[in-house]
Amino acid sequence: MMDAPAQVVYKRPESLTATPTTYCPGCTHGIAHRLIAEVLDEMGIQEISIGVAPVGCSVFAYNFFDCDFVEAAHGRAPAMATGIKRVLPERIVFTYQGDGDLASIGMAEIMHAAGRGENITVIFINNAVYGMTGGQMAPTTLPGQKTTSSPYGRDVEQHGYPLRMAEALATMDGTGYSVRRSLHDPKHIRLAKKAIRMAFEVQKRGLGFSIVELLSSCPTNWGLSVQESLKYIEERMVPVYPLEDFKVNPALIGVKV
Amino acid sequence: MARELLVGNRAMAEAAVRAGVQAYFGYPITPQTELLEWMSKRMPELGRAFLQAESEVAAINMVYGAACTGVRVMSSSSSPGVSLMMEGISYIAGTELPVVLIDVMRGGPGLGNIAPSQGDYNQIVHGGGHGDYFPIVLAPSSVQEAIDFTVLAFDLAEKYRSLVFVLADGNIGQMMEPAELPPMQPVDRPIPDWAVRGSLGRERRILSSIYIRPEDEEVTNLRLIERARTIEANEVRYKEYYLDDAEIVVIGFGTAGRVAFSAVREARSKGIRAGLLRPITLNPFPSKVIAELAANAQAMLVVEMNSGQMLDDVVRYTTGQVPIEFYGRMGGVVPFQDEILTEIQRLAHQTPALGIDPRENWLRQMKERLN
Repeated sequence: MMDAPAQVVYKRPESLTATPTTYCPGCTHGIAHRLIAEVLDEMGIQEISIGVAPVGCSVFAYNFFDCDFVEAAHGRAPAMATGIKRVLPERIVFTYQGDGDLASIGMAEIMHAAGRGENITVIFINNAVYGMTGGQMAPTTLPGQKTTSSPYGRDVEQHGYPLRMAEALATMDGTGYSVRRSLHDPKHIRLAKKAIRMAFEVQKRGLGFSIVELLSSCPTNWGLSVQESLKYIEERMVPVYPLEDFKVNPALIGVKV
Repeated sequence: MARELLVGNRAMAEAAVRAGVQAYFGYPITPQTELLEWMSKRMPELGRAFLQAESEVAAINMVYGAACTGVRVMSSSSSPGVSLMMEGISYIAGTELPVVLIDVMRGGPGLGNIAPSQGDYNQIVHGGGHGDYFPIVLAPSSVQEAIDFTVLAFDLAEKYRSLVFVLADGNIGQMMEPAELPPMQPVDRPIPDWAVRGSLGRERRILSSIYIRPEDEEVTNLRLIERARTIEANEVRYKEYYLDDAEIVVIGFGTAGRVAFSAVREARSKGIRAGLLRPITLNPFPSKVIAELAANAQAMLVVEMNSGQMLDDVVRYTTGQVPIEFYGRMGGVVPFQDEILTEIQRLAHQTPALGIDPRENWLRQMKERLN
């Protein structure tokens, strides 16, 4: 039998730099980065895209994406993205934000960006804790979940209930696309990629605010192994944060990605 | 261009438009709101970006983003709103972006009131946001200066990649007087080589205020202070009135300086050798000229619409060479000409001793006034 010529079936996307990420082993940030980079490559928008990095574990996201980037203050990425997009409406502008950043300190900025129908794309990483500061309770922390600032478990009487951002943002008239996906197994990773592609297609078509919430793992701060943390997403997080399309602009019907 | 009757806030807004501002982000707050309103009408009709943000916090971060694209951008607010902007101001300073901000100051602290004040001097001139940074601060005392300094602010911001404040008080924003607007400048300006606009045809760029290695942050701190020293060498601005033979040197900025000018002129008519130094750049501070004046004056009088925030800087640069007294009104009260004249006459009549507390006489007067 003749040897078939070698074929490249898997490589680093053009939109990712060769810089090794600074994330913990087993963290799903790296997967989310790769999916975004693949979408930038596939849509041919790497050179017209501007990313806005948050404060949190992904504060150094700009080191890993090979496109123009700015670094926002904590929670303010949607406001900063708004400033860029209003000056350069033909560019693709996206933010990458964690749950403390987006759902706590940046609540006003994200809600109003959606309310204005700001034509930006938001990739929202929900891992139910503040990662960078060492695993404190986030607005997305599950009821009963132990964190370094809820050592007895999140008591909803004291600390309130988890915030469902994809659902909340879907209520905004300015939102063109709001969905939740998960990164806990290959099937869901593929679905997440399609959603990210769709969110950027929304922006490209000028259909308003687009957000993909991604359920993500934090083995380090959850105190679980990588395997256990992926199971934790599936068994514990998904029941609280359903993986659904909460709003899809009708103009997207028939768009195949 | 002809002189016309103009309200300060609208005049500053139109001056910014004519200076080529491409994006404005703001939030309503008295006594600044007319500026935002003017922008809401003018910017869209010129095809430029205007957005009323959900808060001053969002507004300053929109300014931050827009400034990253390398075009002329600005915001405006008044004291409590500027307090909210302090986070973004520090980030803008740390990212070394050219941004123009107009603060139309009102009475404080807290909610205070909506009357004219100069209570933001320390917050703006000496920081207010975290970390070491040195914004350029311009203090107008008329609608004409408010126009001219707004245009100058954009030029200085670009020249030094710096934050530039136009520090006006409620009087300047609200009053109407004859002034001349500048000609319309083209908005198509060269885009600087640091701007983030998409990496088409070049290497990617990053704009950030992060320097995670302390050694790198220190290099940045040093760069900022060296830039501030260059600015100090090149850009100190002030106005001198009757200072050549002045025995009583009055120092005041903005509206307080303008009222003090009338008092000094009246003192001159009464044969008192009084003169006025009106700082235009509060940062860089006209410290050298103040030190020179201190060497020759019999006494100095600092007049402000606050508790003596600039006074402390004057004291620092006069190094105990001359007796200094202070006269200020606070809380949104504007000093009258005759109040300042009385102080000048008192100092001319009896030179205070060196080493007195410059606030002592003033505080006694204020207590008597209230009793």
